Amino acid sequence: MLFLIIKRILLGLITLFIVSLITFVGTEILPGDACTTYLERQAFGEQLEACYRRLGLNVPAYERYISWAVNAIQGDFGYSLSGEMPIKEVLGPRIKNSLVLASAAIFIGIPIALILGIVTALWRDKLPDVAISTVTIFAMTIPEFISATLLILIIAIWLEWLPGIVIVPTDVSFLELLPNIILPVIAIAMIMTAHMARMVRSSVIQVMASEYVQMAILKGVPYWKMVFKHVLPNALLPAINVVALTIAWLLGGVVVTEVVFNYPGLGRLVIESISNRDLPTVQALAIILASIYVSINLLADLMTLMLNPRLKTLQIRK
Amino acid sequence: MTEIIQKVKNLSIGFKSKKGEEILILRNITTNIKKGETVGIVGESGSGKSTLALAMMGYVKHGLYTIGGECEFNSSNLLKMKNRDLEKIRGRKIAMIPQNAGQALTPNLKIGYQIDEALQLHSDLKEEEREQKISELLNKVRLPSPETIALRYPHELSGGQQQRVAVAMALAGTPDLLLLDEPTTGLDVTTQAHVLELLNFIAKDTGTSMVYVSHDLGAIAQVSDRIIVMYSGEIVLEGPSRDILKRPIHPYTHGLLKSIPKLSLAGLPESMPGSQPQPGIIQGGCSFFDRCNFSEEKCKNNSPQLEYLKELNTRVRCFNYEKLLKESQINQNVKKIKNNSKDKEILNLSEVSISYAKQKLLDQIFNRISDDNPTVKDININIKKGETIALVGESGSGKSTILKSIAGLLRTKDGFIRFEERRNLSSDLKERDPNDLRIIQLIFQNPDESLNPNHTVEEIIAQPLKLYFGLKGKELKKNIIDLLQKVRLGEFYMSRYPRQLSGGEKQRVAVARAFAAKPDIILCDEVTSALDVSVQAAVLNLLQQLKEDFGTTYIFVSHDLAVVRAISDRVAVLYQGRLCEVGPSNHVYKFPSHPYTEVLLGAVLEPDPDIKPKLVAEDIVEERPPEKGCSFQGRCSRIVGDICKKEIPPWQLTDSGNAIRCHIPIKELQKEQF
Repeated sequence: MLFLIIKRILLGLITLFIVSLITFVGTEILPGDACTTYLERQAFGEQLEACYRRLGLNVPAYERYISWAVNAIQGDFGYSLSGEMPIKEVLGPRIKNSLVLASAAIFIGIPIALILGIVTALWRDKLPDVAISTVTIFAMTIPEFISATLLILIIAIWLEWLPGIVIVPTDVSFLELLPNIILPVIAIAMIMTAHMARMVRSSVIQVMASEYVQMAILKGVPYWKMVFKHVLPNALLPAINVVALTIAWLLGGVVVTEVVFNYPGLGRLVIESISNRDLPTVQALAIILASIYVSINLLADLMTLMLNPRLKTLQIRK
Repeated sequence: MTEIIQKVKNLSIGFKSKKGEEILILRNITTNIKKGETVGIVGESGSGKSTLALAMMGYVKHGLYTIGGECEFNSSNLLKMKNRDLEKIRGRKIAMIPQNAGQALTPNLKIGYQIDEALQLHSDLKEEEREQKISELLNKVRLPSPETIALRYPHELSGGQQQRVAVAMALAGTPDLLLLDEPTTGLDVTTQAHVLELLNFIAKDTGTSMVYVSHDLGAIAQVSDRIIVMYSGEIVLEGPSRDILKRPIHPYTHGLLKSIPKLSLAGLPESMPGSQPQPGIIQGGCSFFDRCNFSEEKCKNNSPQLEYLKELNTRVRCFNYEKLLKESQINQNVKKIKNNSKDKEILNLSEVSISYAKQKLLDQIFNRISDDNPTVKDININIKKGETIALVGESGSGKSTILKSIAGLLRTKDGFIRFEERRNLSSDLKERDPNDLRIIQLIFQNPDESLNPNHTVEEIIAQPLKLYFGLKGKELKKNIIDLLQKVRLGEFYMSRYPRQLSGGEKQRVAVARAFAAKPDIILCDEVTSALDVSVQAAVLNLLQQLKEDFGTTYIFVSHDLAVVRAISDRVAVLYQGRLCEVGPSNHVYKFPSHPYTEVLLGAVLEPDPDIKPKLVAEDIVEERPPEKGCSFQGRCSRIVGDICKKEIPPWQLTDSGNAIRCHIPIKELQKEQF
């Protein structure tokens, strides 16, 4: 078990290294750089040279990568080129904001998804299933920029209940942020919940058709006891990985939604720093997002391992 | 008069087809189960036997519904009962032992909990008493160290142990009626015999009535007092077990018993033509008409009723049962197989070892397999051209592993596989040239999985013809038709898809595909295991005919020793991937000499209540072959001493040509043990 965790962490680190390399090379081969973007038409001669020197872009690429990597390992991602402030300070509030948005969506979306999925499966082909399944398919197929825009139109513009876009400073306090996130959370949760509810539904249906559930019925186990003891633990196990991926996706910044709502989260930062050629910020973001994915997936796998007796004993035996 | 505990009255169960027609799975079933008796329900797949057993618990599967009739238990109709009331009967009054305990035990719950759940539901015992009871129950089904077993998860037990747990779970509610749905079907011969013996003991010990559902007349013969024979949703014959098995008066049962291969008879049994009609196809007339040897004109349009014959205490659904009454006993005619083997050697396995061990990084670099105790070891067999050699043994004996290696699906660790003394086939599939691939063809156990469901029969058979011989157009078509005729399928089958064929027809297509490559060797991996008994004999006969026509060599793997007896010239007995005995079938079956061969043959169930299986060794499951000494040391009842644990036994040759690997001297071995 311990060996497995160490192996997975090592693999995760290798993944991170490759990600950093790819983003570095990627931004490097694109035409133009931070100075040409920053200086625009004045990007020539003395001024350009001075800018290169100031930003340290005059040394060869591999040297820059190595010095960046050495610092990054120590937690120092350097300075943002465009904002000219430590990246740590740029990232901090953004991460917090994204975390707020993601956790709100998770705490609302996952329980709803589970309940909807289980209800539709248990009342399969009956009215609750037909009604809910129609809605979830609908919610799944509408792209988020349309649903987000519609939400703004109806709730913010027509009804004037909530602010339509988020116009707050990046480092706003949690309480001030709260009314602003309701609409983005609804927009995100809709798609996420629909996806997960359908996954849970098919998983529960599959388990309900299994021989051990038939056996439990024939043993005389009352219906709800059967559902909670024999069906759900087995049906929800495969859902853990899907939930993990969804969480990672949420934390990584739901780019489209953040842009539509003008939300100061990680997703919008990605877009901004790419268009500003802010290489250090892009690098830092790539590493952070990749580590979120890697660690959440690792957590999910470990959880599956702990909860699935079959996998657990297999691992121990090996 | 004995008390009746379950009355089934005019029961019909069916489903609605897509066109809205009502299709019957069970047609007007009426029967009674008496207190304390064991009733065997026998029938082929699709005969409705499991549906009937489940209906006896008031359970109708998703998609099916009750059309008419009732299942009366304690004078109330289970099929009309509310779920809440059924919960009080299921597990407490009527309990079920499922076919596949591995699938029927909930994977995330410990064994102890699953039994405890039944106790909580169906008894008033307190917690400590229940704990005590769980141990008692596990003891009763003869599981070793009940306390530790209770803490295990289902997947940590072997198939036989899982089945025993299912029995213990069913006994927890002290039911009046036990329903057993093919409880031994997935098990090894030896395990099966042990589980049946346990069930017999429980029936006597507790006085519980049992309904034993199975396709296997051998198992039914061992347990039941009375037998119900079902055919396409109807009862066709019902009566005392001995009469039914010794003097069946329905043509279907008669034919069925004739088509089952027996240990005592070498050669192929007669086959029954055709197959059971699909539900919904039957209109008027006897449903067995097409396949019946005794049919008359009136059978075509009039369906016979179930008639009660008082003097025999038997019910039979046939106009002509009197004809069968005259035939005093079943005369099983077997066709002796011709031994076509030539002196020429076709395949030589020498010192073959195969390992499933995962290669470590270092081994991958050096392209080697390091495993001191491989799954299969020291296999030496010379296979002659035109012979049928059978590999037998329980699951885990390595018989399928050896087939895979010959087919090139698995690399050998050591040793050689040589074709016609020249070509080396020890290599992997990827390294073999097309001709090497052509000369060896495989027929798989389950034609449902081995035929591509999206290809027509024509496309399936055309593939090897195009691949190996580059045939096209008319010539291709002519060849396909030829092959279809050889496996007794008409030209019109060409456009069919596998799902439109019956099990036997599918396996015929698989046989045709194998022969399309004009192979020298055909590997048959449990080819008849997935087929119904009445179809099995037909496929065996077909294989034998084709072999005689083409001079093909068969390597035949099967767990069914009677089938092996019927078709093979030579037998190799394997235990834990090591050879125990090799010799001509006649001798291996007549004088079983290796202790393991004795165990295997002793456990075979014959469809005859007078032949009881002999249980020699325990049915423990060993996970790995022993590191040193004889492979069978763990279960052998004739261990001679330390030598068995330390030294690999030498090969000893008998006068009749058997080679036996055992430390006991040949003379001693050949003495009758019982």
